[in-house]
Amino acid sequence: MKTFVQHNLFYIIFFIGFIGFSQTIEVCGDCTITSLKEAIRIAKDFDTIVVKKGTYKAHDIVIDKPLTIVGENYPVIDGELKGEIITIISDNVTVDGLFIINVGTSYTEDYAAIRVRKSKNFVIQNLVLEKLFFGIYIEKSSHGKVFHNKVIGDAVEEYNSGNGIQLWYSHHVEIEHNYIEHVRDGIYLEFSDDCLIKNNVSALNIRYGLHFMFSNDDTYQDNTFENNGAGVAVMFSKKIRMYNNTFKENWGTASYGMLLKEINDSEIIGNTFEENTIGINIEGSNRIIYKHNNFKNNGWAIKVRGACYTNQFVENNFLYNSFDIAYNSKVNDNVFDKNYWSNYTGYDLDKDGIGDVPYRPVKLFSYIVNRTPETIILLRSMFIDIIDFSEKVSPVFTPDNLMDHHPQTKKVTW
Amino acid sequence: MLKILKYSFFDLMRSRWSYVYFAFYLLLGVVLLFLNNDLSKAVITLMNVIIVLVPLIGTIFGVMYYYNSKEFTELLLAQPLKRSSIFLGQYLGVALSLSISLILGLGIPFVFYGLFESSAIWDFSLLLVTGTFLTLIFTALAFNIAMSNENKIKGFGYAILLWLFLAIIYDGLFLMTLIMFEDYPLDKVSLIGTMLNPIDLSRTLILLKLDISALLGYTGAVFKQFFGTSFGLIISFVMLAIWVALPVLRIVFKSKKKDF
Repeated sequence: MKTFVQHNLFYIIFFIGFIGFSQTIEVCGDCTITSLKEAIRIAKDFDTIVVKKGTYKAHDIVIDKPLTIVGENYPVIDGELKGEIITIISDNVTVDGLFIINVGTSYTEDYAAIRVRKSKNFVIQNLVLEKLFFGIYIEKSSHGKVFHNKVIGDAVEEYNSGNGIQLWYSHHVEIEHNYIEHVRDGIYLEFSDDCLIKNNVSALNIRYGLHFMFSNDDTYQDNTFENNGAGVAVMFSKKIRMYNNTFKENWGTASYGMLLKEINDSEIIGNTFEENTIGINIEGSNRIIYKHNNFKNNGWAIKVRGACYTNQFVENNFLYNSFDIAYNSKVNDNVFDKNYWSNYTGYDLDKDGIGDVPYRPVKLFSYIVNRTPETIILLRSMFIDIIDFSEKVSPVFTPDNLMDHHPQTKKVTW
Repeated sequence: MLKILKYSFFDLMRSRWSYVYFAFYLLLGVVLLFLNNDLSKAVITLMNVIIVLVPLIGTIFGVMYYYNSKEFTELLLAQPLKRSSIFLGQYLGVALSLSISLILGLGIPFVFYGLFESSAIWDFSLLLVTGTFLTLIFTALAFNIAMSNENKIKGFGYAILLWLFLAIIYDGLFLMTLIMFEDYPLDKVSLIGTMLNPIDLSRTLILLKLDISALLGYTGAVFKQFFGTSFGLIISFVMLAIWVALPVLRIVFKSKKKDF
């Protein structure tokens, strides 16, 4: 953090030094300079280019010096489906307030509306991107901000669509207050560490709302992921912090609120999982703390697939899920404690707010459904209630040490 | 036939049991709405009750009514009336009065609660329609059993057994079959298995209409594709209609041959 401040301080001083000499260049339909490309060519370092309202047909705009490009009243930059529109290859570039449409589609190159390549301290804000292939593509860059953008794609198929915001080998990037819909993956991080993803809304995407691969030490908080094809996938990463996000209505045959695969040493705190087919699907994930989460009206609140050890599920609310927990083995090394289960039927004689009978969240039927998925057709049948009851009394198939010894009798609040 | 229907119907409408049945559903509806405060949640809970109770009450009530009105039936048989119209009239009288108790008993609290402004109205109508179908089916089955057994105890025994079989044992056997043949593709088998039992069919229909449908996961896609489309819905209702028609036909057939 300290180096980060020092780093920035250097640039701030550097910037202030130049600001006295910087000038403003205006671009508009009947100005002397009518295209953004020309403006960039004649601009000096740290100049500001103001783009007035209008439509500018251009693609392959390369920003190769530290400039601030500001759009007034959202001027339209139309790429005419010919390829990439803006490429930033210099440090200290700010792009603000543009309306960028018609990015070309290619199967060999990832054309983006705006691409940042090997640069530092970039700011991309207040952009509206439409009719795009890739939206904002940040590669091998760092210390930037992607702030308050709106990405609206029209993706239909996975194979010929791109991602809204993609980070590749980038670190220390802040992605805040963006709205992304109808693209393949809303936000995609690959090999990107120490990023902050905050207050974004990612909805109606074809594949994932948020997709993590090999990215460590990232934080995502206060985001909303809604109605995405397959929810959110977090894979092969360490030390991820997930706070206060909402995962909603990820309905479908292969859909999850959140998919965790090979995630270790992470924290999942204060999130809400509502009306998903599967709230969290966990596979090969260890030492994760689940605390203060709400699981509401999901098909399965948590589905544990295997190779998950020393996870802690503490003080969560499990409300009206068809199945609270599904487990596919008899071995359990995870801790369930002090949760509130709406399906709990025990009693609390000493009135200390903790049920006197331990709760077993894994039902026999969820075990059967795991084995033979077609049996789901018997859901809510009376016979199923009877066998669930007998399994509860004397567990045979479900892990017998998997229980919550301190089930709460009232909803957990925090 | 209409006269007998009218007579049976008003006879039952005056009787205490219809009121008890009506009051029970009224109470159930009020309590559910009061406790849940959420219309669609209440519909789900109600489904559990309807799936189990409606067939049970239909069966018991049908058998009971047949045995109770036996003397009157014999009196009617001495008159120049068609046999089929006597029995069909009685059957329809029982089935309709039960259905009306169900529809009014559940409908009134829900209407007062603001059903017409709610989006749950279709789920709720489906619930009532399947409930009515179940009443028709199980009353007809009960009449069949009662007509075939002069002995009341035996008749009641079979009726209870029938309910037990369709409500519980069938699902057990179904589950065993699915688990035993889990290595084979089971989508079609489970669809057919559901179709063959009116209780399972009603349950699946309602479940798929409520938003639990998607939880059915990847296997659910098949069910959703079938039951979710209007084609599946029509097939399901045709199946329920067949379930009504077959026992009713047997009532007609049996009544012609029966020796009193």
